Amino acid sequence: MTLYLLQRLLYLVPLLLGAVTIVFVLVHMAPGNPVDYIIGESGADKEMIARLTADMGLDRPLYIQLLRYLGQVATGNLGYSFVSNMPVLELILDRLPATLLLMASQLVFSISLGVGLGVLSARRPNSLLDNSITVFSLASFAVPVFWLGQLLILGFGYYLDWLPIQGMVDLRAGYTGFDLVLDVARHMVLPVLTLTLYNLALILRLTRGSMLEVVGQEYVKVARAKGLSENTVMIKHALRNALLPVVTVVGLEFRALIAGAVLTETVFAWPGLGRLTFDAIHARDYPLLMGMFIFISVLVAVGNLVTDLLYALLDPRIRYR
Amino acid sequence: MIPARAKPSRQVWMRFRRKKTAVFGLAGAAAFVIVALFAPLLAPYGTMDLGTSFQPPGGEHLLGTDSLGSDVLSNMIYGTRTSLIVGLCAVVTSNIIGLTIGSLAGYFGGRTDNVLMRITEMFQILPQFFLAIIVVALFGSSIWNIVFVIGILTWPVTARLLRAEFLSLRKREFVDAARALGMSDFDLIVREILPNALPPIIVNASLQISGAILLEASLSFLGLGDPDAMSWGVMLHNAQEYFNRAWWMAAFPGMALFVTTLALNLTGDGLNDALNPRLRT
Repeated sequence: MTLYLLQRLLYLVPLLLGAVTIVFVLVHMAPGNPVDYIIGESGADKEMIARLTADMGLDRPLYIQLLRYLGQVATGNLGYSFVSNMPVLELILDRLPATLLLMASQLVFSISLGVGLGVLSARRPNSLLDNSITVFSLASFAVPVFWLGQLLILGFGYYLDWLPIQGMVDLRAGYTGFDLVLDVARHMVLPVLTLTLYNLALILRLTRGSMLEVVGQEYVKVARAKGLSENTVMIKHALRNALLPVVTVVGLEFRALIAGAVLTETVFAWPGLGRLTFDAIHARDYPLLMGMFIFISVLVAVGNLVTDLLYALLDPRIRYR
Repeated sequence: MIPARAKPSRQVWMRFRRKKTAVFGLAGAAAFVIVALFAPLLAPYGTMDLGTSFQPPGGEHLLGTDSLGSDVLSNMIYGTRTSLIVGLCAVVTSNIIGLTIGSLAGYFGGRTDNVLMRITEMFQILPQFFLAIIVVALFGSSIWNIVFVIGILTWPVTARLLRAEFLSLRKREFVDAARALGMSDFDLIVREILPNALPPIIVNASLQISGAILLEASLSFLGLGDPDAMSWGVMLHNAQEYFNRAWWMAAFPGMALFVTTLALNLTGDGLNDALNPRLRT
């Protein structure tokens, strides 16, 4: 198992090198000079430009610049934001918890609901429930997540006026303690609902598909023939194996989950990475955007690693290979 | 039953026609293309005809007006053009790259395959949405930059599908026969194997179009849309500020996006069943 873990970790290195190199190449291909990006629109005299160019090593050959950049990133230095002058990594870490809160909550809901409904609809293919679930999934695969969020805001925020639609807390109320937790929970309802509705269908369809496949196999028939109850057969025998592809795909879709979260955060002004990206786009804060890309690459790589480990945990055949 | 002697293309159409959702999808997709082609004839106003802001739907403006006073319906009709151009061009770009890499990897195998597949894997794991944001932010939000970046980021699926097809086809007798006749590698790839490997690629491409349209809308929604082109994503971006006074600014362009994507997905599913009758689930 340790060897397997090390192998997977080693596999991440070229990926991350690739990500950093791509960003580096892009910045150098882009119109203008990296110094222009750093100075932004503030304007600077020739002397300062010359000093910055030397400081950044821009007068050196390209491969030395790339190596320097790689070394910088490896030590956790993602540069400084144009706008706030703060270290990019600090800005990102500051916003990360809010995004993780959203993502974790929606994953709990979409996995539990998705697996549950998937099993139910696989039990009676072509029943009313199964067919409604099919229609729901078709709709969910086609809906733009940010528009779904906008519709929920219009419906639950403005028309019914039930729930807050912007931000994470009501700053004016100045809640503390348990009241604060409740307030955050209220603010979370709509963004989490948006993301759950959006991601649920994928997990649901996968569970349904792989359950239908597994149920036809010999060992499930044997379990039934032994006289085990339908629930035991379904949950203990079938579901455990049916979950394998679900785990894989959730892992592979991890980057899509983050993209979805970013768009949803933008709609709800949720103070996480999404909002940070949106603000960075508008301020043309390039170091922040680049840092974000590298950081998300690491996050996705770690997400994939966790998926692999989870897979090995669920499927003994892989562990001992 | 489908008569076994019918022409292959006719067989595909007959199988496609059997599924109601697929026909519905194709009709929707056709309507989308027609609206895009004849946008200036169909739109009641131009995108620059500015009247009173925030007029609710009804009366002279069927779907209301936006914050600048331009007609929402007309903007939506012109928006189909952006979506269609981005959808088609991005998928063509993506497939040119994917077909090249997939056929080289699958045909030659061995080390070529290994190297190309590692690159493909890397592109599959990179957070493409953020990369797209950076590229468009650095190189400018023109429609062609958006097309280019979507093409560059979405080819891996095509490459992997095609490689798998090639791996199974290259050992077949008809390929050996053509090789024995002295055909070059290039001709073998392009004339013999590729045409037989196309069905899954066509299905995938049809589904990619809706993916590209959604990606363009997402980028535009974040404020990276082409300022010179009307697009559904840009309209949704603009709506964001005015929820409290103009629900129609968000509701209708999003609906257009939703219905178009749905129609294209249904067409793709139908094609999948029609082209791979044995794989139907």
